[in-house]
Amino acid sequence: MLSLENITNAVHEWLNATLNPTLALLSEFVIVGVLAIALFAVLGLSLVLMERKVAAFIQIRLGPNRVGPFGMFQTVADTLKLIMKEGLTPDGADKFLFNLAPYIVMIAAMMLLAPIAFAKGFQIWDINIGVLFLTAVSSISVIGILMAGWASNNKYSLLGAMRSGAQIVSYELSAGLSIITIVILTGSLQISDIINAQANGWWIFKGHIPVLISFVIFIIAVTAETNRAPFDLAEAESELTAGFHTEYSGMKFALFFLAEYINIFIACAIGATLFLGGWMPFHIGHWEAFNHIMDFIPSSFWFIGKTFFLIFLMMWFRWTFPRLRIDQLLNLEWKYLLPISLVNLLVVALMAVMGWHF
Amino acid sequence: MFIIDYIKDIFKGLKSLLTGMKITGYYFTHHKEIITEQYPDNRATLKMADRFRGEVVMIHDEDNEHACTGCSACELACPNGTIKIINKFDVNAEGKKKKAIDTFIYHLELCTMCNLCIVACPTDTIKMEPNFEHSVYDRSKLTKVLNRPGSKIKAGVE
Repeated sequence: MLSLENITNAVHEWLNATLNPTLALLSEFVIVGVLAIALFAVLGLSLVLMERKVAAFIQIRLGPNRVGPFGMFQTVADTLKLIMKEGLTPDGADKFLFNLAPYIVMIAAMMLLAPIAFAKGFQIWDINIGVLFLTAVSSISVIGILMAGWASNNKYSLLGAMRSGAQIVSYELSAGLSIITIVILTGSLQISDIINAQANGWWIFKGHIPVLISFVIFIIAVTAETNRAPFDLAEAESELTAGFHTEYSGMKFALFFLAEYINIFIACAIGATLFLGGWMPFHIGHWEAFNHIMDFIPSSFWFIGKTFFLIFLMMWFRWTFPRLRIDQLLNLEWKYLLPISLVNLLVVALMAVMGWHF
Repeated sequence: MFIIDYIKDIFKGLKSLLTGMKITGYYFTHHKEIITEQYPDNRATLKMADRFRGEVVMIHDEDNEHACTGCSACELACPNGTIKIINKFDVNAEGKKKKAIDTFIYHLELCTMCNLCIVACPTDTIKMEPNFEHSVYDRSKLTKVLNRPGSKIKAGVE
């Protein structure tokens, strides 16, 4: 059967048979890197188009519909424009940090790709502290944002960067706590263990209401962490022009833009892995026939489908809710999300100890 | 009780958020609600809103007669001098002189579509039309004469 797992195994065996082990490993690195960059490019193009289309339909508009059928090549045209634009560096900027910042943001997004399981047996690095790695690395991107804001030598950029810092520091707590609920239920930090624990039902169904609460908190917190509306204070167009990337143009701006969408994808992929069972097909109890039909859908489709469902959810409320003020933002985190997720964590721990989940 | 208010707050907040998402979800799934007009493509079938104000026109009937008495109420009502009325004196059958309109000059380039002239008109002879394709290469083409050549006032309108 043709599956991603078999293809990767075949490539691995062929490389080891033709080259010596070191060269085989190196060429695998290169292949993985190329695939990751290709995935980034495809994701950037498709997610921007999806966002614009979803936004348009929600706002009773048509959206891009001129370049290609249904405007499908609009983002390709935009990318070509951005590649050809001059990457300007302002005179008063700290040139080294200014040029470094987009790459930091991008590299942080790239590193997050490592432990994510895209399909059955199709994972770059099944590290045993997978979830911890994800939460740790996802906070690196704020350094890039702070760097960009500081190095631009611009009031708006600095304000945006400081807001982003305050926001990510606060929302990481509740994102982490909601991730921990799943870690408690699974008893492992490894992504593959977490997915295997959901073979007989996804955590969002098995974990009753407490897991549902932590799922909602997770979605809210990662929306804030990825600096998207209604938490897009860092780039608030109407107040700060474009926040931390005001001074960026051309390809450097495109990297920030791309990193935003990659971060959305990764946040949703984590959400899909933890709460919706990753690449696990949808199974209902003892309905053997139904479960068997569901098994025929390839695991990569399940993963991509769940991830895009979550992405659509994030876009849906992005285009529904207005932007929060900074005090409302911090109130929401410290007065509501954090206490709720702490209590929720206790409930989940009790549930795991007593074995009340399925 | 503080805790009860706190929990009430949370549920109230969640409910209001879901109400908002219901509305946007409705628009997302109901594409017939889309209000975008793809203008040059749908020029033949384009339907303008009734209340749209594009330009002032004078109503003429099939005998090329209008109801304008030349009272210049519209000219006085206009806030920025868009309308200029030139009157003449007709001699009627009994040999009496009667005031009548000679030229109704309308400067479309000055008009702000405020509708005050239409409100002021005592005989309702001018109205707003929903035409909007007004672009021309020469500004003087925007100065229009609203009464058609050879037209005269309807009998019985004073």
